[in-house]
Formats: sequence, structure tokens, C-alpha cells
Amino acid sequence: MSELETQKDSRLNTKRTTIKLLSVVVGMFAFGFALVPLYDAICEVTGLNGKTDGQYVVDQVERIDENRIVKIQFLTSNNANMSWDFRPETRSLEVQPGKLNATSFFVRNPANSTITAQAIPSVTPFRAAQYLHKTECFCFGQQELASGESLDMPLRFIVDADLPKDIDTLTLSYTLYDITERVNGSLAKN
Amino acid sequence: MSAVIEENHHDDHHHGPAKGIMRWVYTTNHKDIGTLYLWLSFSMFLLGGSFALIIRAELFQPGLQIVEPEFFNQLITLHGLVMVFGAVMPAFVGLANWLVPMMIGAPDMALPRMNNYSFWILPFAFTMLSSTLFMEGGAPNFGWTFYAPLSTDYGPPSTTYFIFAVHLMGISSIMGSINVIVTILNLRAPGMTLMQMPLFVWTWLITAYLLIAVMPVLAGVVTMMLMDIHFGTAFFNAGGGGDPVLFQHVFWFFGHPEVYIMILPAFGVVSAIIPTFARKRLFGYSSMVYATASIAFLSFIVWAHHMFTVGIPLSGELYFMYATMLIAIPTGVKVFNWVATMWQGSMTFETPMLFAIAFVILFTIGGLSGLMLAIAPADFQYHDTYFVVAHFHYVLVPGSVFSIMAAVYYWLPKWTGNMYDEALGKTHFWLSFIGINVLFFPQHFVGLAGMPRRIPDYALQFADYNMVSSIGAFLFGFSQIFFLFIVIKTIRGGKKATDQVWEGAHGLEWTIPSPAPYHTFSTPPADLREAHG
Repeated sequence: MSELETQKDSRLNTKRTTIKLLSVVVGMFAFGFALVPLYDAICEVTGLNGKTDGQYVVDQVERIDENRIVKIQFLTSNNANMSWDFRPETRSLEVQPGKLNATSFFVRNPANSTITAQAIPSVTPFRAAQYLHKTECFCFGQQELASGESLDMPLRFIVDADLPKDIDTLTLSYTLYDITERVNGSLAKN
Repeated sequence: MSAVIEENHHDDHHHGPAKGIMRWVYTTNHKDIGTLYLWLSFSMFLLGGSFALIIRAELFQPGLQIVEPEFFNQLITLHGLVMVFGAVMPAFVGLANWLVPMMIGAPDMALPRMNNYSFWILPFAFTMLSSTLFMEGGAPNFGWTFYAPLSTDYGPPSTTYFIFAVHLMGISSIMGSINVIVTILNLRAPGMTLMQMPLFVWTWLITAYLLIAVMPVLAGVVTMMLMDIHFGTAFFNAGGGGDPVLFQHVFWFFGHPEVYIMILPAFGVVSAIIPTFARKRLFGYSSMVYATASIAFLSFIVWAHHMFTVGIPLSGELYFMYATMLIAIPTGVKVFNWVATMWQGSMTFETPMLFAIAFVILFTIGGLSGLMLAIAPADFQYHDTYFVVAHFHYVLVPGSVFSIMAAVYYWLPKWTGNMYDEALGKTHFWLSFIGINVLFFPQHFVGLAGMPRRIPDYALQFADYNMVSSIGAFLFGFSQIFFLFIVIKTIRGGKKATDQVWEGAHGLEWTIPSPAPYHTFSTPPADLREAHG
């Protein structure tokens, strides 16, 4: 009798432990996916990976540091299979921290078809990324150009006056992606 | 109800296995399944090894001689995947199946039917993976780490087969490790405390926890790839708002614990063998347990040391550098304990002991080059060179693989009832030992001199060392055919083994007859004094 009971007991234990472990497995599978938003949040907070914030709203009068000049360089590159001409209006600007600046980027679609593009920004040094505020940027949205069409795309930005003192040069780099297929694909699905 | 009892009654007196091939398909016996795992592992070892030999043949001389670069890329990918998921991991699961129940005095694994499933998934997974070689566009060619977007945007169509194969391997590992944990926690002989368990059982318990924690993350990352490839998501595509670096974080969150999944059971094997042939108890048993647990914990918080060069902030580099170096402390505890166990022991050098001592020395060399790679600024020089290849092969081949061979020689007499031929075993050891060092030691030098990994051609100044390395590879590779011969010879016959087999062996598995009967510990052992080795 007691032997039967122990057998039943051990079976119950087996079941209990198995269920617990299975829930760990399910939890870790979910955690793998939770890493995606977690990573984005960490990138946003720390500027990790040179990721810049979204659109910046000037909600107070910016302190302008008139005694300081920061150089900002602009780089453009195309991702694989992207055929557009893509270049900055100017290679670099010297700006005062806190002041609103404007520049633009030229694009032209030399291909025979309409192409939709998405520009992805990145700032180096990475720890400067959170000090570069963009009030207007073509990278906030997609850009569609018909064959042969060209455009000057605007960028307005403020370099934060709190930018660490040892940083005197920033590089803002844009990579242009061809997302025509992605956009058309999602349209077709809708 | 009575029919069930009668059937149980019948089972108790039916000691032998079923006859014919279906025995292996339907078996739920832990010894049968352990054997199946070990044979699968060995065949995958030969398959992955033959990929490696084609790679080394191509690298014998500079220039392209034997294979096209595209095929070379497929070879390095499949070599890595087959060796990690096909050779090393199933070998340890096989050892766990054979040994864990015998070491804790349990009649079988706790979930025998699931045990059968978890094995039989694997042949399908590896058939699917290997079949990609014959598909249009070829096999996956992006390395075993399958970094996106190389694997998502630029991979061959067979990538989808690769993803499903990885899913199957993951499911198998998860089922296997749940089984191990449930067995260890619930089926120990009455009265056996956790701290009385042999170290092999401890290391496997911790490994199994690592597996159920990270295999789901691997499943997640390949699922994200699948969605990026086929369902228009953009987890890893910057153009759609994703991030390729995210792939590396998620992958290495799995990948670094995976490294310890492949070495912790090896620590357990060596901790069983060294005391036997030193004829002393294991030095510092409890510190070994705590060291294993610390290594497992640390393995979760050091993953980005694989990604120093992707551009992480300075504070991140510093954190991951120091955290990685911290692992040297518990690992050092282990190495010192093994050495202290041998200290003033009356040592003999049978084949398992030779492999175990070689493990301690060569694994330590691999650990030291790991410390060099952990130095973030130095890693910018070493990254993606043959120095990395030398490092992880030193910890995996004379580390994990040597421990598996040591385990096979050590427990083979218990499994088969026959002693292996000691002279042949020692010959196999020395051929392997010389082969492996000739193979991997020169790769440190070409790596430091800047030879990149995963490239089918190289600059002329690396020619001599590569030739030496290739000669070592062929020596090591063909010695394993010899190993196969020794094992088959032992299964077929040989000097009969005693129950204890080795004079200095302690542990419950040595209290049962040799060969181990088909069913053991149907009644739990009463005397647990022998339990922890």
C-alpha cells in the first residue's frame, strides 16, 4: 500500500516538475521576442548603436552656447541594390550648440521605375547620438520618387548644449534602403 | 485495473530487450536510448569531420585547388552546425541517459516515452540539414552563427530547411533536458541528498537548466529569421526599422550559455575519472558544485564579448571584458581541484585517465587564449582570425570531445561487459593527442599574424603553418576510424570486466554487474555510501 502511494507520489512530482519546466521554456521563448522592444528601449536611452531619437519638439527656449563650435559631418551611402544618387548639400557644418540649423540632402532616381526609399540615420561617436535632436528629417518618413525625379530633402537639427565637452566633431550618416518591395508587399496584403 | 497490475508484474520478469530493429524504434529504455544517442553522435562526428577534412585539404596550400569558395562557405557552416548540434550535444545527452539513472539509483529516466521522441527527432533534423547540400542554391553558407542579414537577405533558399532543422534540434534538446532535470530531482534513491550526487549528475543538472533557458531563445531567433524571410517582418532589416546588431545580441544570448552547455558535462566526466585513477576522493567536491553553478550564472551575462567590434559603447566593452574575465575564477577553482586530486595520488595512466589529463592541460590552454580574447582592445586584432578558431577548437576538441572519448573508454566495460584493448586505446590516445596539437596549435600563430577565418585562400606567408595544420587534421581525423574499430572490437568481445571495473572506482554504477543489466535499480539501492565518486 505504502509502496503504491510512493509510486503515485513520485508520478505527481514528475508531472509537477515537468509542467514547471515547460513553463520556463515558454517563458524563455517569449523572452527572446521581448528582447526586441527591450533592445530598442535600451538603444533609445543610451544612444547605443548610434540610434537617434524620433522627432524633437522644442518645448522651451534652448540654451545657446555661443562660445563653442561643434563640427558636424554628413555621410551618405546606399544599401545594396539601391540605385539612387544620394548626397548631402554640404559635407560639413560648423554649428553652435543649442542653435537650430538647416541643411538638405539631394536624391535622384535614375532607375526606370518608381522606387520607395527609407533613410536610416546613425551618429558617431555613439554617446553623442542622444545630443543630436532633429526637429525635421526626411528619415522620419518614406520617400517615393518616380523614374528620373529628383528632390532636395530637408533636415533641421539642434546639437544639445549639454554635449560632452570632449566631443568637437559629430558624424551623421544616412544609409538609403530600397523598400519598394516591402511597401508594395504590405499594400498588396491590405 | 487488474490487467494493468498483471502487465506490470509481467514487465518485472521480462529482463531482456525486444528483438529486431523495432526494439530501437520503440524503446523507452534509458540504456538503449543512450546507445542510440552515442551512435548518432559518432556518425555526426564522422560527417562533420569529413567536412573539416575537405576544408583542411583546400587550405593545405594557398590558392584554390579542390572546392569553389561558395562550396567552402557551405562546408564551414555545416561543419560547425553538425559538430555542435550533432556530435557534441547528443554525445553528452547519450552519456546522461546511460549514466544519470545508474548514478542516482533510479530504474530509468522519469519520462521514458518523451525520451524516445527526443532522440528520434534528431535523425530527421540532421537529414533535413544535410539534404540542403543537394538543393538548388546549395546549403546554408553563412557560418554556424548565421548572422542576419547575411542569412536573411543573402542566404540561399535552403535557409528555410536550416531553420526548421534548428527548430527540431531545439525541441529535442529541450525535451531531453526536461527529462534529465525531472529524473534528477524526483528519482534519486531514497535518502540521497543533492550534495551526495556524483559531479557528473550535478554538472548535467546545471547544463539542463542552461538548455531549457537558452534553447527557446535560439528557437525565437530562427523564428524571427523565418518571419523576416517569408512574412515581410523587419526584425533584422534596418530599412524596415529593425536592426542587424539585434540579431547578434539575441544569438549570443543563446550562444554563450551554449558554449558552457558543451563543456559543463565534460567537467563532470573528468571529475569522475581523475579520482578513480588517482585513487583519491575528488578534492573540493562542494567547491566544484558551486564553481559549476557560478560558471552557469556568469554565462548569461557575458554574451557581448563575441561582439566587441560591432560598436558597443566603451562602458559596455569594459563591463563585458571584466565580467568575462571573472569566469576564469570558478574555472580556475576547477582546474586546481583536479590537480589537487592528482596530487600525491597513486596514479595509473589507463586510456580514460590519459584523455582526462590531456583534457585538463589542453582545456586550460584553450581557456587562456579565451582570456586573451576577452581583452576588448586586443580582441579588435584577434577578431575573426584563426586565433579565435584555435581558441574554440582547443576548448571543444581536446576539451569536450576528449572528455567524451574518456567517458567512452571509462564506462565502456560497464556498458558492454568487456574490457577494451589497453594498448590500442593508448595508441588511439597518442595519435589523437599529437594530431590535435599539430592541427590547432599553429592556428594560434597564423591567427595572430592576421589570417582571417572562413576564407578558402590565404596569403603566402601562412603557407607552412597551414600545411602543418592540415597534416595534423588528417592524422586526428583518421585516428577516429581507429577509435571506431576499438569500440566495435570491445562490443564483440574481450577480457571480461569485473563489476567494479576499475580498482579505484566509486559510485552506484560500479555496484551493479558488468555488463549493466537491461533493468537496473528496480528496487532502490540501500547503501548510498558509494554514491558520490
